[in-house]
Amino acid sequence: MHEVSLVESLVALVEDERRKQGFSRVRVIRLRLGVLGHAEPEAMRFCFDAVTSGTIADGARLEIEMVAGQGWCSGCRLTVPLDERFASCPICGNAHVRLTAGDELRLAELEVE
Amino acid sequence: MRYAAAAMGHDHRHPHAHHHREHAAQTIDFGAGTAGQHIVGLSQERVISIERNILSKNDALADANRKRLQANSVFALNLVSSPGSGKTALLVRTIDDLKGRYPIAVIEGDQQTSRDADRIRATGVRAVQVNTGKGCHLDAHMVGHALDYLPLETGSLLFIENVGNLVCPAAFDLGEAHKVVVLSVTEGEDKPLKYPDMFAAADLMLLNKSDLLPHLEFDLDVCFAAALRGKPADPDPDGIGPDRRRARIALRVDRRSRRREE
Repeated sequence: MHEVSLVESLVALVEDERRKQGFSRVRVIRLRLGVLGHAEPEAMRFCFDAVTSGTIADGARLEIEMVAGQGWCSGCRLTVPLDERFASCPICGNAHVRLTAGDELRLAELEVE
Repeated sequence: MRYAAAAMGHDHRHPHAHHHREHAAQTIDFGAGTAGQHIVGLSQERVISIERNILSKNDALADANRKRLQANSVFALNLVSSPGSGKTALLVRTIDDLKGRYPIAVIEGDQQTSRDADRIRATGVRAVQVNTGKGCHLDAHMVGHALDYLPLETGSLLFIENVGNLVCPAAFDLGEAHKVVVLSVTEGEDKPLKYPDMFAAADLMLLNKSDLLPHLEFDLDVCFAAALRGKPADPDPDGIGPDRRRARIALRVDRRSRRREE
């Protein structure tokens, strides 16, 4: 379950911000995850308490916004929805669809005090 | 190892539900309220926009590894696969074939034991074993430390054998030149469809245990088509086409079984 190391990396980023911005407590951590990306939101939630315990993120609430998969179809010259990483274009069947959204693995925002 | 680091010295092998609330309560002794509660006007709440990739720390360390390797003209490959695909056996054979021509070093990743590093050292090349403990993959930080223990001779080859796992290592750049995915034919031709992230991350796929093909129902075309999904720009890098590629594999299988009979 690599989500454990992803949450560890997340804590390191929050620690960076604390040094830069000077806050004593994190209330909410907002992530943006792509549905076709490398992280499983339920696994992130599952290990979040254990990994953040005793760190600056201890007690914070984890909010995850999921980003739908999208790609650019060069045939249709349109942005089309994708439900798997290498799906063909749902309109024209073209296999050459470039993933443009849905791969996100980002710390978007913190609510701190 | 990794849990201990995250928990700052706190033992994590206990049931979790209540202990963490205790932690939260301890933190709050120095703060202004109870966990999860918020009193408007009494705190300095603010929202900070961050927008950073969660893997940015790993990626920065991977870039440092890459620069260090490039500075010494070291060519590094990151070998990834399921457990039991034959990565170590393939590596041992590769080292035997190449050690006369290049200086070679190996980083072995496993959850426990130094069995693989021992197998590599038996070939006479330097190997560092990284035990990840609970971790399911190598990361750039571990590889950076492992590099400290290896003589990185100019022009040498570095093989990094990742933890056997077809999921997690896909997300972690280690600073390698290429990821190489090893697929053994007993795993089934649909592995690239089931684990697309890894096959997308890899630049090369090696089909291993191909001498077993005559005994299996393994469709090479289905396998190649699945592995090349998501790589439309270069569907036939050798420029030899599916028929010749099939013939080439058949020839290798034939040679190997003949060698075995002799």
